[in-house]
Amino acid sequence: MASISPVNNEAAVSLRGVAKHYGALHAVDGVDLDIARGEIFGLIGHNGAGKSTLFKMMLGLETATAGEIRVGGADVAGRGFRAARRHLGYLPENVVLYDNLSGLETLRFFARLKQAPLAQCAPLLARVGLAHAGARPVREYSKGMRQRLGFAQALLGAPRVLFLDEPTNGLDPQAIRDFYATLRALREDGVTIVITSHILAELQERVGRLAIMAAGKIQAVGSVQALRQQMQMPLVFELRLAAGDAAAIARALAEATGAAPEATAAGLRLRCPREAKMAVLAALAPFGSRVLDVAMHEPSLEDVFFGFSD
Amino acid sequence: MELTQILTIAAKELRDRLRNRWVLAVALVFTVFSLVIAYFGGAQQGAVGFRSIEFTIASLVSLVIYLIPLIALLLGFDAIVGERERGSLDLLLALPITRLELLLGKYLGLAAALTLSTLAGFGLVAVLLYRQLSWAGLYHYGGFMLSSVLLGLAFLSLAVLLSVLARDRTRASGLAIALWFFFVLVFDLLLLGTLVGTGGRFGGEAFAWLLLLNPADVFRILNVFSLDDVRTLYGLASIVPPALGRPALLGGVMLAWIALPLALARWRFK
Repeated sequence: MASISPVNNEAAVSLRGVAKHYGALHAVDGVDLDIARGEIFGLIGHNGAGKSTLFKMMLGLETATAGEIRVGGADVAGRGFRAARRHLGYLPENVVLYDNLSGLETLRFFARLKQAPLAQCAPLLARVGLAHAGARPVREYSKGMRQRLGFAQALLGAPRVLFLDEPTNGLDPQAIRDFYATLRALREDGVTIVITSHILAELQERVGRLAIMAAGKIQAVGSVQALRQQMQMPLVFELRLAAGDAAAIARALAEATGAAPEATAAGLRLRCPREAKMAVLAALAPFGSRVLDVAMHEPSLEDVFFGFSD
Repeated sequence: MELTQILTIAAKELRDRLRNRWVLAVALVFTVFSLVIAYFGGAQQGAVGFRSIEFTIASLVSLVIYLIPLIALLLGFDAIVGERERGSLDLLLALPITRLELLLGKYLGLAAALTLSTLAGFGLVAVLLYRQLSWAGLYHYGGFMLSSVLLGLAFLSLAVLLSVLARDRTRASGLAIALWFFFVLVFDLLLLGTLVGTGGRFGGEAFAWLLLLNPADVFRILNVFSLDDVRTLYGLASIVPPALGRPALLGGVMLAWIALPLALARWRFK
């Protein structure tokens, strides 16, 4: 562990040396993390990487074996837990709400417990697109509707920090877009959002920063861009060429980048460092329309993720 | 501790049981069984029809001692483990509510449902039979109803305890049935076996006090001892020392049977 600074009470979430040990099993092992106010922060890891345990400790559901946790400058499990939790929103993974309550009754039940105004419930249902289904029992809801109801529940009481565990499970693509639009609007209001997802491609476009967890530790943290650079992921060019041109173009590319292109059915594939991007384009320019098509792939977060987790 | 949080949980539990007609169904079961027992309970002796309230209570006690523990255990066994299994326990505990408040809210809501159905079911019988009842009979019947409620609350408390301890709903339901077998069927047999097996050397008065370790037996003594006719009917007067037969003591033991499992549940609920 590097030098230990004190917890940051300005941060929305601040963790210092947080650990959770179950006997010999170190589910979470020395995590330091600061999440700024108004940030959308992603948490990624395989099952068993420790992210759910970390989540539960941030919510005060599990006590940490060691370390210090502050959420909104307060201790969620300590003396002021009621006030602290009134400003938290939580959507657990795969939660099953009460079948025999209607959507509106469900929200009212949780609003009472959270001491949030009951008048919020109907507008919140509308906000997640369930205004038409508020009177129907939850047992008639589809998986996506249940997930949206769970999300509405997390928004009760104007939370300052939202913890969302795999929130887009069961949502269709349109609902996922609506969901992230809502998150962006919340962020504009200064809400901090901590989100986990196994759909990495979905997170990489939508979070400010993310942390990659493996074996109970945070392996890397930063923006998607920073992680890519940190990993020195190559760029991949796919070229479609007219027959007979491949050899000459391969030579030009090798000269320009120092990397050897490989032949494919349609033409060439080149892996090169990110810095070589413009050099590749310049090397291709003299060939003009003899290059039928160029496709450039950035490494996806999956690539970064699996690079770290290996 | 905040009362509003407890009441919010309790109100939801009670409303669930009212809405799915659990309260109505259990009340009807009590009413129908009671009427059948009141009118046909003496058929073995060659007579059909209402005999006396004492005789009816004695028969009802034998019924209730099986039925109420079972109903209470089935009502409460998934109170906590059910929430845990569907993932809503984490959601509840992330709210501004303590574990104790959640536990008490669950217990009180279920207790209200059980009490309501017990009082409604047996109360309806009293209304239907009121012409045949003397004031003394009514008093005894009231005592029977009150002790039935206490019996239910004691087993409900045990049910909530095992719903905290059990890892999943399946285990919890298995434990509930096992608990019922133990207290309703096995416990008395064990005591009796010990008494007979030791040739009565172990026991005597001390043996009778062991009955307090079973809420079902406490219920039996409470009801049997309030009725002179029944005491002779059961031939229990010789076994149970008079000191044990005090309603205040037995009521206190019953309250302990309600409080202790709940306290244990609170301690183990982590």
